[in-house]
Amino acid sequence: MKRLRGSALVNGLLAAAAIVTLFPLLWMLSASLMAAGEASAGPPPLLPSHPSLANYRELFAHAGMWRYLGNSVLLATAATLGSLAFNVAAGYAFAKLSFAGRERIFRVLLGALVIPGQVAMVPLFLELKALGLVNTYGGVIVPALASIFGIFLVRQYAQSIPDELLEAARIDGASEFRIFASVVLPALKPILVTLAVFTLLGTWNDFMWPLIVLTDSDLYTLPVALASLSREHVQDNELMMAGSVVTIVPVLLVFLSLQRYYLRGLLAGSVKG
Amino acid sequence: MTRRRAAWVFVGPALAVIGVFFFLPVVAALGLSFTDFDIYALANLANLRFVGLRNYIELLQRAEFWNALGNTLYFVLVGVPLSIGASLGTALLLNARAARFKAFFRTALFAPVVTTLVAAAVVWRYLFNTRYGWLNYALGALGVPAIDWLGDPHFSMPAIIVFAVWKNFGYNMVILLAGLQAIPEELYEAARIDGASAWRRFVHVTLPMLAPMLSMVAILTVAGYFQLFAEPYVMTQGGPLQSTVSVLYLMYEEGFKWWNLGSASAVAFVLFALMFAVTGAQLSLVRRRGPR
Repeated sequence: MKRLRGSALVNGLLAAAAIVTLFPLLWMLSASLMAAGEASAGPPPLLPSHPSLANYRELFAHAGMWRYLGNSVLLATAATLGSLAFNVAAGYAFAKLSFAGRERIFRVLLGALVIPGQVAMVPLFLELKALGLVNTYGGVIVPALASIFGIFLVRQYAQSIPDELLEAARIDGASEFRIFASVVLPALKPILVTLAVFTLLGTWNDFMWPLIVLTDSDLYTLPVALASLSREHVQDNELMMAGSVVTIVPVLLVFLSLQRYYLRGLLAGSVKG
Repeated sequence: MTRRRAAWVFVGPALAVIGVFFFLPVVAALGLSFTDFDIYALANLANLRFVGLRNYIELLQRAEFWNALGNTLYFVLVGVPLSIGASLGTALLLNARAARFKAFFRTALFAPVVTTLVAAAVVWRYLFNTRYGWLNYALGALGVPAIDWLGDPHFSMPAIIVFAVWKNFGYNMVILLAGLQAIPEELYEAARIDGASAWRRFVHVTLPMLAPMLSMVAILTVAGYFQLFAEPYVMTQGGPLQSTVSVLYLMYEEGFKWWNLGSASAVAFVLFALMFAVTGAQLSLVRRRGPR
């Protein structure tokens, strides 16, 4: 009897918590299908009386949504590919290849994790301005090509590759690049997916840096565009809900389909030691 | 020889990017904070002057800075315990033997973490609406009078905290859940045989075993909460009456709205120094409390 009550309590609380976390997202979806002004009623309606895609049509036809969506897809893809190339090579080298100062450099990198990225933003802006990268896609992509976290993640995983495997390939006369391509990369496949998902979601969701470095609205990513649209369209709630859906749903789908890999990265990043 | 050279080919590009686009700007920020770099210097570097500590001294004399610092500390001191409390509570629920549909609940509770902050803030801004928002409607059902969440300076920061906790408690929940699952079942069995109640098992088994992980989570969360920016930018634009201007928001406005890049760098460094000191204090507290 007591166990039954305990079970009802645990599951009841979990259900309540899940409702609180999911309600804003479900309501966003519902309100995005409402007619203009329909959500501004007391009590606020739960479901649209006549669901329609008019808000989405309006966003894509008149508010430049294709452009922003395209920018976000392009930037997130480019940053992810770049981050895979740079961080995986470096993470592997830190784990398995010896070079002068390896441990010392790695300690400096780990120590630098305490520096918040925003400290660098003002001079980074000036630096990119000098390079002609302010207000270009490059201004968002180039600083994201390599990250300390990415190197750390790959290094930790690469340490589990047996040295014998690499030695055997060397005795067979394979070059270091050949070994990397045909032995190391296949062995690192799971962590490549993890790093890709992390970079993809991180770039897609990033706000402050794109806000600073992109000044031309044609180059805006979805979050920057949404923040600016929501300042203009304070009253058009249903329209803004549709904009939020367009911004959130892609990352939510990526997360749902690759959840296992994402959570692995989250746990690896926090259990450093 | 080729192996050593190959190693440099592998690490070189990443180190170059991090060096040029992270380490160099951090060092430059310190230098910049000792100059009067402003919109005139942006146009012509000849207008740049070294001003020593003037940016810092002026900053410490500005009411806006102390206001932003107070708001940020409010956000950290109230938001972090609430957030970790929610993470721990839900992690315990998910770890309970009686819990069903664990995979579904874990995903549902974690979902806000991966959503785009700006988009979620747009949604919540509407949930906080005084007249038409669901929050006031739900509170009204409990007999609470309508609150002007985003328009009343007393409620604007609490509203941002509610949103931030909703947005990110799932992150620490997943970490703490992994910690809970790593606690050996025998410890609970032994406590049960000794007749310990569920509460005493929590206090004497769960908490001590989870302590190292909880301290780490606390340190990382505090550092994250110090970086408050996008929430007020989207939801309140720093208002009402500057009640949600954070230190980083001040840096953004100083640097990229007024183009006072010298004093914006000083703001960034003060924030960094503060975070560094707080993290250091937390670490030494954890170490002093005993060997893990």
